[in-house]
Amino acid sequence: MHGTRILDEADRLMTVCNSCRYCEGLCAVFPAMEMRRAFSDGDLNYLANLCHSCGACYVDCQFSPPHEFNVNVPKTLAVARAESYAAYAWPVALSGAFARNGLVISIVAALSMAAFILGFAALNDRSVLFGVHTGPGAFYKLMPHNAMAALFSAAFLYAILALVMSVRAFWRDIGPAVGGRADGGSILQAIRDAGELRYLHGGGVGCYNEDDKPTDRRKLYHHLTFYGFILCFAATSVATLYHYLLAREAPYPWWDVPVVLGTLGGIGLIVGPAGLFLAKLRRAPELLDETRYGMDVGFIAMLFLTGLTGMLLLLLRETAAMGPLLALHLGAVFALFITMPYGKFVHGIYRFAALVRYAQERRSEAGA
Amino acid sequence: MSSKYDVLVIGGGNAALCAAIAARRGGASVLVLEGAPKFYRGGNTRHTRNMRCAHDAATEILTGPYTEEEFWEDLLRVTGGKTDEVLARHMIRESKDILNWIVEQGVRWQPSLGGTLSLGRTNSFFLGGGRAMLNALYLTAERLGVDVEYDAEVTDLVIEDGMFLAARLKRPIRGETEIRATSLVAAAGGFEANIEWLKQYWGEAADNFLIRGTPYNRGSVLRMLLDKGVQEVGDPTQCHAVAIDARAPKFDGGIITRHDSVVFGIVVNKHAQRFYDEGEEIWPKRYAIWGRLVAAQPDQIAYIIFDSSVVTSFMPTLFPPIAGQSIAELAGKLELDPAALERTITEFNAAVRPGTFDHTILDDCVTEGITPPKTHWARRIEAPPYLAYPVRPGITFTYLGTRVNKEARMLMADGKPSGNMFAAGEIMAGNVLGKGYAAGMGMTIGSVFGRIAGREAARHAKN
Repeated sequence: MHGTRILDEADRLMTVCNSCRYCEGLCAVFPAMEMRRAFSDGDLNYLANLCHSCGACYVDCQFSPPHEFNVNVPKTLAVARAESYAAYAWPVALSGAFARNGLVISIVAALSMAAFILGFAALNDRSVLFGVHTGPGAFYKLMPHNAMAALFSAAFLYAILALVMSVRAFWRDIGPAVGGRADGGSILQAIRDAGELRYLHGGGVGCYNEDDKPTDRRKLYHHLTFYGFILCFAATSVATLYHYLLAREAPYPWWDVPVVLGTLGGIGLIVGPAGLFLAKLRRAPELLDETRYGMDVGFIAMLFLTGLTGMLLLLLRETAAMGPLLALHLGAVFALFITMPYGKFVHGIYRFAALVRYAQERRSEAGA
Repeated sequence: MSSKYDVLVIGGGNAALCAAIAARRGGASVLVLEGAPKFYRGGNTRHTRNMRCAHDAATEILTGPYTEEEFWEDLLRVTGGKTDEVLARHMIRESKDILNWIVEQGVRWQPSLGGTLSLGRTNSFFLGGGRAMLNALYLTAERLGVDVEYDAEVTDLVIEDGMFLAARLKRPIRGETEIRATSLVAAAGGFEANIEWLKQYWGEAADNFLIRGTPYNRGSVLRMLLDKGVQEVGDPTQCHAVAIDARAPKFDGGIITRHDSVVFGIVVNKHAQRFYDEGEEIWPKRYAIWGRLVAAQPDQIAYIIFDSSVVTSFMPTLFPPIAGQSIAELAGKLELDPAALERTITEFNAAVRPGTFDHTILDDCVTEGITPPKTHWARRIEAPPYLAYPVRPGITFTYLGTRVNKEARMLMADGKPSGNMFAAGEIMAGNVLGKGYAAGMGMTIGSVFGRIAGREAARHAKN
């Protein structure tokens, strides 16, 4: 017996699956399962976070509902995965944020954006807030660069700290790898597997989302979202280097590296989350963890909002709308950062850790 | 309502879909009637996992060549010669091409699954298993324009002078319908789920049989064909049975209820008596005899008894073993006579001679002085907790079928080939598989004869 009902169910399913094994070619979950005969809480949380929710094992399973064995691995692991986010959250006091996550994210986002708007309004003269600013340092007329850098660095560092503490708890709980060998090769392998979403592919034929046809495009939208996020992050990093190393202040011309990266990333962050959201709307109810709808949509919405406000800011930065848009964009980004450890963002961190563990296990098995 | 197709395929498994796809690719209009609801479509195919095809060289997923001659020898061995050599050799030759053809229909291969290394050279496994294979075939068939109806139970066939004219069916919503077609492909499986029919040969014992596939494998189309003058083939009294967990559901428990732990212990009946040499044969042959052996025991129940020292020697099982700290406690849980079970195990342990245990070969661990002996892998049962799996006969398929020729064309009782009726899959497996079984052969029969039947049915319809 496990700590929770969902882990009991995951254990039951893994026992069924381990005596069948037909799905072992579909993804990483089933080969990892086959390395075990019994499943601890940590094992099940490891398998849950290894699952990419491609849906193939549901469509291919001869025992999925309405069969009396009632084998629904994608949904069960989705629920277990979401519960594991709360279980490993740091500090523990904030794990409740996962309970009504959509609401929490919405409130934090609204407060954050409101704070920036009000802050800008309080600290700036009306003519500055709604003024037209161009040329280097235009943004910093509304908020000094150092204040911006300090605030966002603090938020970012906090997010990193909380994420590191959370994933550490996860890593400890899943225990030593079967075979127990850890090396840099496993991390490189996991980077490749995560980077190409190797296991979001239905075993090669494609993923399932709305029905039993492998027509799902979530992989494409996830790539747009993820690489869009990375590009935006890179844009900010390059701009920071420009600022401190080259003393070149934003805004930069459209052809300059930070803007090009930010524009491409921004497009990804608009199209990707929109696609993921539509896929979520169409997802077959039997595959969907409907109780986590708010968490999933909340994170998608935050990314979309970040991309959208960023793009609007770029387009309208030489108009009177720049001030309010800058406030909205900064508010969105700030909310995104501080909610990172307490929302769907963590799926990427735990999944990456699970992929590292899986790569270790595969390498030890191959070497054994 | 009446409609007319070039080719009517009755059945919805591997053979039926290969026939439908081949007929459609041959230019025919095709309707598939599957008697089961959509989820349960495909008969026994949904529980399969591999296919045995001849090949002259290793492939991406097969570890070495498996020649036509070797395939033939294996078939000869498992059937004890009860096969039609011309048909069988034809099937084996065609199987080489099926390995590629089936991939062109969307089916994907993978290397043999964990725990099945002994099949890595001979058998190609379906990525995702039999239901994944079926899903791929259905997607392809539908893309090509094959019509498919589920819950479409055929209630009668109109056959005159060996010519199929029409099928009558009962549909849940639209009621009675007659469907006419120029050619018929019967690919509707055997009668293993028809307990009443099984009782004709097995008596009341059949009530204690568990059926490994869906409840829809009732053999009604086979019955109609035989009643309307098609020549029968195969022993009607025989079915393929393995020992499966007695706690399995009556139908559709599939592969996961199987037990392959017999060699690691002893098997006793409800009187706590051993009844057969548990070490007679190596996997997979031993796997296929125990269903029949258990069926012959009182109440069709038996218990595999072993101890905690071997628990990780075989695949994890769906149902956990029943455990007892003492033999008496275990006997109590199994509702066996404790004294009798203790006596059986004590006698067995005393008869075990020293040897070097190796479950991958016929090793030298034997018993002496007991009947029946255990001629390999005999080790004492002495490390508590003592463990047991209750087992019953699990019926996989039946051998009775319709006789066909190399064109998959049914032969009538007078020996003449039917003008327009073809058969493929389990419904005609008895032509090549008179008895016994070797892993993956049912799928070979289905795909090879399915493709032939579809091709020939389309050719007939288009002429």
